[in-house]
Amino acid sequence: MNHEDIKSQGTKVYSRPRLLDDRTMHYCPGCSHGVVHKLVCEVLDEMGLENDAIGVAPVGCAVFAYNYIDIDWIEAAHGRAPAVATAAKRLNPGCAVFTYQGDGDLAAIGTAETIHAANRGENIVIIFINNGIYGMTGGQMAPTTLEGMKTATTPYGRRADLNGYPLNITPLLAQLPGTCFVSRQSVHTAAAARKCKAAIRKAFEGSMAAKGTAVIEVVGTCSSGWKMTPAKANDWMAQHMFEAYPPGDLKDTL
Amino acid sequence: MAKVIGTVEIEAERCKGCDLCVIACPFDVLALADKEVNDRGYHFALIKNTDACVGCAACATVCPDGCIEVYRFVEK
Repeated sequence: MNHEDIKSQGTKVYSRPRLLDDRTMHYCPGCSHGVVHKLVCEVLDEMGLENDAIGVAPVGCAVFAYNYIDIDWIEAAHGRAPAVATAAKRLNPGCAVFTYQGDGDLAAIGTAETIHAANRGENIVIIFINNGIYGMTGGQMAPTTLEGMKTATTPYGRRADLNGYPLNITPLLAQLPGTCFVSRQSVHTAAAARKCKAAIRKAFEGSMAAKGTAVIEVVGTCSSGWKMTPAKANDWMAQHMFEAYPPGDLKDTL
Repeated sequence: MAKVIGTVEIEAERCKGCDLCVIACPFDVLALADKEVNDRGYHFALIKNTDACVGCAACATVCPDGCIEVYRFVEK
C-alpha cells in the first residue's frame, strides 16, 4: 500500500486542531508555545467550550495568542492577566476563562496579581509557561532563571548573591487554599504532551465546577534565548530545568 | 494478525525545520530535507522511510506548528 492508498482508505488519527487558526505562528522553530497552543485548542474543542471560552493574553512571546486560537481573547497589560481574568470570570460565570502567561509576565511583574487571584480562589485557569528567560525581549534573566544559567543580562551565569535565587512560584500557589489543582508539566516528548493535555483538561473541569483557581505550569524551552538547537534545548531542559522544577501534580483537590 | 500501517502528510510550507518530529519518531520514518528549502528558507521535514510508519502520531503531537497529519490503516 502506498502513501495515497493509506490516506484514502485509512482513518485520520491526528490533524491540526480545529480551533487553531490557519496562520503560521511567529514563534521560533521548536518553541514550546506551539505545542501548548495545540493542547489548549484540543481541550476546549473536546469540552465544547469554543463559544464560551475567554482567553487572556499576556505580554511576552505569547502576546499574539489571539491570532492563533479561534476563541474570544482579551489582551492584558504586562502581568495583569489574572486580574483581567478575574473580572471576565465574575461577569461571565458560565465561561471558561483562562490566562496564558510566561514566566516574565506571571512571576515577575505579575506576582501580586497571580498570588492574589489564586488566594481569592477565582475560578480561572492559569497556564504558565516557564522557560527561565525573557524570550521576547532578547533573552534577559527572569525570576525563574536557574542559578549559573547564562542569559543576556547574566553573561557569566546567574549568581544567587548578586541576582537572588530562582523563584519557584508554583509551589507557593499550591500552598494557598484558593487553588484547586496545581500541576507542573512539560511538552518535550509525545508522552509528556499527552499528560499535559490531561492536566489542562482537568484544570478546566475544576474551574468550570467553581472549585477554585487551577494552575498548570508548563516547563518549556526557549531555543533562541538559550542559544541551542530545539532538540538540544529539550535535552538541556530535561537535564537541568527538571532538577529545579520537577514535573508532577503539586496539589489536587478535584 | 492485523498489521497497522500508517503515513503522514507534512505541510512543508508551514514547517520550520525544528527537527523535533524526526527525534520523536520511534521508527525513524522522518528526516529533514538535505538541500531543499521551503519558501521561508527552512529545511522542511519529509518522509524518508515510508514503510516503517505505524501512524502512532508521536511526530504530530510534538510538532509545534501543527504541520503534520497522521493516517492509519489496519490490514486484516
